[in-house]
Amino acid sequence: MSSATAPNEPAVAGLPVPVNCKTVGRVTVDNALLSARGVNVFYSGKQAIQEVSIDISRNEVLAMIGPSGCGKSTFLRCLNRMNDTIEGARVTGSIVLDGQDIYDKRQDVVQLRARVGMVFQKPNPFPKSIYENVAYGPRIHGLAADRVELDEIVHTSLQRAGLWDEVKDRLNNPGTSLSGGQQQRLCIARTIAVNPEVILMDEPCSALDPIATARIEDLIDELRASYAIAIVTHSMQQAARVSQRTAYFHLGDLIEVGETDRIFTNPRHKLTEDYITGRFG
Amino acid sequence: MNRSVAETRERVEKSLKRRRWAELRFKTYGLCAVLLGLSFVVLLFGSLIAQGWSAFRQAYVVIEVHYDPAVLNPEGTATADDLAVADYAALVRTSLKTRFPDVEGRAATKQLAALVSNSAAQTMQKRLAEDPKRMGQRETLRVLASDKVDQLLKGRIDRTVPEADRAVSDQQLAWIDALVKDGSLSLAFNKGFFTQGDSREPEQAGVWGAVVGTLYTLAMTLALSFPIAVAAAIYLEEFARRNRWTDLIEVNINNLAAVPSIVFGLLGLAVFLNIFGMPRSAPLVGGLVLTLLTLPTIIIASRAALKAVPPSIREAALGMGASKVQMVTHHVLPLAMPGILTGTIIGMARALGETAPLLMIGMVAFIVDVPKGLTDPATVLPVQIFLWADSPERAFIERTSAAILVLLLFLVVMNATAVILRNRFERRW
Repeated sequence: MSSATAPNEPAVAGLPVPVNCKTVGRVTVDNALLSARGVNVFYSGKQAIQEVSIDISRNEVLAMIGPSGCGKSTFLRCLNRMNDTIEGARVTGSIVLDGQDIYDKRQDVVQLRARVGMVFQKPNPFPKSIYENVAYGPRIHGLAADRVELDEIVHTSLQRAGLWDEVKDRLNNPGTSLSGGQQQRLCIARTIAVNPEVILMDEPCSALDPIATARIEDLIDELRASYAIAIVTHSMQQAARVSQRTAYFHLGDLIEVGETDRIFTNPRHKLTEDYITGRFG
Repeated sequence: MNRSVAETRERVEKSLKRRRWAELRFKTYGLCAVLLGLSFVVLLFGSLIAQGWSAFRQAYVVIEVHYDPAVLNPEGTATADDLAVADYAALVRTSLKTRFPDVEGRAATKQLAALVSNSAAQTMQKRLAEDPKRMGQRETLRVLASDKVDQLLKGRIDRTVPEADRAVSDQQLAWIDALVKDGSLSLAFNKGFFTQGDSREPEQAGVWGAVVGTLYTLAMTLALSFPIAVAAAIYLEEFARRNRWTDLIEVNINNLAAVPSIVFGLLGLAVFLNIFGMPRSAPLVGGLVLTLLTLPTIIIASRAALKAVPPSIREAALGMGASKVQMVTHHVLPLAMPGILTGTIIGMARALGETAPLLMIGMVAFIVDVPKGLTDPATVLPVQIFLWADSPERAFIERTSAAILVLLLFLVVMNATAVILRNRFERRW
């Protein structure tokens, strides 16, 4: 096992990485948008992830992979404080979004979640019309001054999610009447309608067939131009296809981080190598 | 495994037979249970309708009245107040005696007058008060027959028993037969039953007072218990952290749902009447007591309905940056509404049938007037049924059953509303 390389590297624009960080590879990026430092999560006293430090930058897809129960989803849910909704969950360490600690007492979670959107594993459109699904976020955050502007937001969001042509004639149909893949793209449209800075995706394709998955992956690649994206996935192929950087989690530890190409061709840590070569997981 | 395929199949087939038989047996048990329950329902409704149907018809007598100034206003100086207390009963007697001129003596006259309800005199007084010009004129009036005549016409008094054991004398029987024969005594739709309040005289007693009292009481109950219970359920389900306090509250709510209703009545008596000095027998207090009674039911049902809303909807709303209140009001509550409404109607149906707690706060009083507000003395349908069931007059038997039918109609309407509301809300995909 190689020694901790992270502390030796200069953190250009980011925060210093704790000295006890054992992650292999460079966890920091230049120009980080979101920086996690020494994050621990406990569920009712039981530790789920330990001392995770990693940066997420703009215009980049970060894939988080690892066997079931490794803490990748837990970490993702820390980034927009969705863990707050779980009773008995406790988060320590710091997560800084654009210079602002999101676990600060003064941080409003409503504002945070408007900046850090989330797409869930199972498509979960609201039981309302397609239009209302997309309009909901702009409406509660007061983003549209009038109906015309709201229509415009709904239109562009659906277009960017690649759903407009399929649903433009039935915007008043229930969102739940769409197919699974369409529902997931509707959820993505709903998320980008509030114009977030970061989009978190928790295994967004695990409930979809390969064709729908391919469409979502293309969409993720397009969205990269505007957002920082962190995606949790069980599929290493997917991680390889959509991400620029990959983080490998194992039993609550962030084992290795690096350029996706490098991780999949030349893993440095034994556990990473075992996982991507299919020896376990 | 060294069993051959044929052997295995044989064993499976053997077990199949046993399983089929068990399934058939179980289905039969279920069917029997359903049929038994159904037969009890049929028995209940059958006996109620058989007993109570006749109460919807009532015996009326047509009599010829003469508003005789010599009887009502002998001195010719009577004011409206004097006319209100004049001897109208004498007019009834005179009218009946004109019909049966051969009746002589006080005893016979009294028997003759007993054929007609004493409401006949009130009817005349009212007609005269409406139009004082009727004084001195004659008119044909349809008045209530007495309850005994009514029961006889409905065949509930046996003519064959000896006169001494019979509520109607031989002489009265002859008069009744004569009146029936010339068409002036007959059964007709009992409008008074649906428009009047309670009375000591069965032929004048109606359910309207109790129906209005019930409506006021239930409206009060609904207005209080629905918002309080839904708010409590939302708080406990969506906002409160699970700790010893919420556990304690939960246990207590479940306990409250099982407390005998009379205890709530005693509480109402002690707190609402004695400490706060609220009026006795009032729908206001009845509503408060029934609110206490229905709260646990509605809270438990609402919590179950909220719990049944998929967590993914909550995550979706929170993930969009909705606040908790927005999450609840925009998404969770609308989805839970059908269940909450069903629970509310079940709670209200329970409140509708409650008698015991209302006895304690004085709603058991004999109240003739139809209540005009939340603080007027009132009674409710189940208490009215209780009161009538307790009355000795034979004619109250059918009225008790008829009042139960009215109560059941109420219940059916409420439950149908619940089903309609639920379907209406559920249709929002």
